[in-house]
Amino acid sequence: MIAGQVFPPRRGPLKASLWRLRKHLTDHSWQTINVIQDIMETQKSSTHMELLSGDEAVARGAWEAGLRVACAYPGTPSTEILETLAEFDDVDAQWSVNEKVAFEVALGSSIAGGRSLYASKHVGLNVAMDPLMTASYTGVNAGFVAVVCDDPGLASSQNEQDTRWVGMYAKLPVIEPASPAEAYLFIREAFTISEQFDTPVLFRMTTRVAHTKENVATGPRDPVALRPFATDIPKYVMVPRNAYRKHILIEKRLLQLAKLSEKTPLNRVEKGSPKLGFITSGIPYQYLKENYPDASYLKLGFTYPFCDKKIAKFAQSVKDLVVVEELDPIIEEHVKTLGIKARAKQATFRIGELLPEHMPLIYKGASKKEEASTARKPVLCPGCPHRFVFSVLKRNKAIVTGDIGCYTLAATPPLSTLHTCLCMGSSITLHEGFRRVMPGAKVVGVLGDSTFVHSGVTGLINAVYNKMTGLIIILDNSTTAMTGGQNHPATGKTIRDEATKQLSLENICTACGVDNVDVIDPKNIKELDALVKRRLAENALSVIVARRPCKLIDREKLPMPEYDRVKCKTCGLCFNLDCPALVKTDDGYVEINQSLCAGCYLCAETCPADALIPSVKGPSL
Amino acid sequence: MNKKKRKQKPVDAIVNVLFCGTGGQGVLTAAEICALAAMNSGYHVKKSEVHGMAQRGGSVESHIRFGARIFSPLIQPLQADYIVCFHEGEGKRLNGYLKKGGRSFLGFMQDARFQPADKRFFNTYYLGILSAFLPMPEEAWQAALTKQLKRALAENKQAFGDGRKAGLMALGKQEK
Repeated sequence: MIAGQVFPPRRGPLKASLWRLRKHLTDHSWQTINVIQDIMETQKSSTHMELLSGDEAVARGAWEAGLRVACAYPGTPSTEILETLAEFDDVDAQWSVNEKVAFEVALGSSIAGGRSLYASKHVGLNVAMDPLMTASYTGVNAGFVAVVCDDPGLASSQNEQDTRWVGMYAKLPVIEPASPAEAYLFIREAFTISEQFDTPVLFRMTTRVAHTKENVATGPRDPVALRPFATDIPKYVMVPRNAYRKHILIEKRLLQLAKLSEKTPLNRVEKGSPKLGFITSGIPYQYLKENYPDASYLKLGFTYPFCDKKIAKFAQSVKDLVVVEELDPIIEEHVKTLGIKARAKQATFRIGELLPEHMPLIYKGASKKEEASTARKPVLCPGCPHRFVFSVLKRNKAIVTGDIGCYTLAATPPLSTLHTCLCMGSSITLHEGFRRVMPGAKVVGVLGDSTFVHSGVTGLINAVYNKMTGLIIILDNSTTAMTGGQNHPATGKTIRDEATKQLSLENICTACGVDNVDVIDPKNIKELDALVKRRLAENALSVIVARRPCKLIDREKLPMPEYDRVKCKTCGLCFNLDCPALVKTDDGYVEINQSLCAGCYLCAETCPADALIPSVKGPSL
Repeated sequence: MNKKKRKQKPVDAIVNVLFCGTGGQGVLTAAEICALAAMNSGYHVKKSEVHGMAQRGGSVESHIRFGARIFSPLIQPLQADYIVCFHEGEGKRLNGYLKKGGRSFLGFMQDARFQPADKRFFNTYYLGILSAFLPMPEEAWQAALTKQLKRALAENKQAFGDGRKAGLMALGKQEK
């Protein structure tokens, strides 16, 4: 019998699974525990030491575990996983069009017999929820791991959801590393568990784990053979009859995974003082060890299904039990349902990222004090092509339904020209919703090229089909800029920068049945302004593709504009552009930061008093 | 209980360096070189930063901690041995991280700005100053520079060497 291919075995499921479990533990996990218990010891003996981030460590570990196919859509903080995997020639890595597509491609490869990996951020997983929920039913053939990076503290996200719930919801095991070195070790474990229990595995990281770097002792790639694919209609065709049977098996699988949870060294007890014990997972473990080095720990790395017996035994061994976890009270509530008395963080600590200095507060049972952030806010880069479009939209007093990307920064004052931001692709659909209630209003949907391909195009087809009129602007900067400049179908290049067929945004809009499709360089601001006015006045559905490469791709700089202090009326209109190169002096005049200024001359175009003059004549300036 | 625990913290052998500045200044590259140098010297290193928005001119912080065994990748307030700032405002904003007797590089930054003839090598010159204060041997730094810098390596190493001399001089003065 090929392990993992048939789950559960058709004869004597429990016995066979116990055999597998035992084999699994002897083969792999006990080696892991030794390694985890003293990472530094192994590292001293290793000749291959690298400074890896959590993302890079996951990629490296997956590669060593014989990974064949990896798919993702970029999203902070998970982007670097695929970027790292793309450096290995023997991994078939791709930027997928969106997360749903990525998940399905990777799962297909797993069913066909190659170990595969899906990576995304937490909100990306929402897009892939449809295949995920049923992938739990079909199970896998070769190991399949979904790496999902949560973003507590919203470093670059639209919400703070806790992906561990998804594991419970989809009845999948959840593995949670607390450092890059653990991520490297645990990802191998994840592939093994996936194959032995015939299940996709959720590998949950957070921003702080994904973007922390640590020494990791690396090794060679394991020779993992492809698993043969055998047609198995009851397993892979989820029609009601088959799915019902699979549901029975999934409930059994959960029980078996719970047994694994009791025994796996991923859930480890560190004996310390019997006076104080912590149950914790992920990054708070590190912060607690820093603050309470002598306490006892139950450190969960295999968070779900829970290890009830281990938790109960640990609870009995300590006098004061405290549960500390980031975001939602998942472990906390489970511990309480077991009838165990434990303290946990105040509800205010469910919001935002936990920090090392929070640990004594949580221990004391204090609430979190909200402090206004003094950090500098991000702004659109000097010379950013998006700024031209938003300048025009601001002049036209448009209501802008926005989307996810750099251009979301247009919502921050003083630009304040983006009025909704919900999720990927929602600009076009919210635009339609607005127009249905406010047919006469100047509503403009604005989204980027990558976002349009991700999930904007479906909304556009819906708008055409349902006879909607209005104006959509695609800010085509020829890259996925916010996540650091990744390729996508409309750039005509793959993840490895190889040439591929290029998707034409204007052709696809025309094919959808949009009435007017215009392509314009937003730097031609007068023409853009006239075009926007015309399209807003028409009773038609229009798309404007505002095409100019991201300033991080096209780094060409022109000399900064000339500034005439005498002509300046200190009206402040130029400052409304929120350009970092324009500095306001105490008396309201302009000071141009030469090293920042890209010479886009939008400020000169904006100045009503001609106090700012372009040093070089542009096409329409 | 709390007080007792705090006394037992194994912090004596750990060095905490906080790098800060704004997006595009090369803060993250400088921090990477420092972390690599620590790894090359046999320390357990943890380096933490959040990027994603960093390229858009927002605040950039990189926490580096190294020693025999590191748990938290983040430095706690009042625990940074050194604050290496690339931006005056950011350096002042994060001053609350500095431990008693810790050192802010604000003064060095202001001096160093005029030092290397070519401004492009400011960061490596600045790192050279820092290297004088940290326990890593010079070879570990050189290896880290070679690994991390792709262009103008010779010039960068020259700037690093000059910075290191300046740092050693400043350190000598302090010790006297």
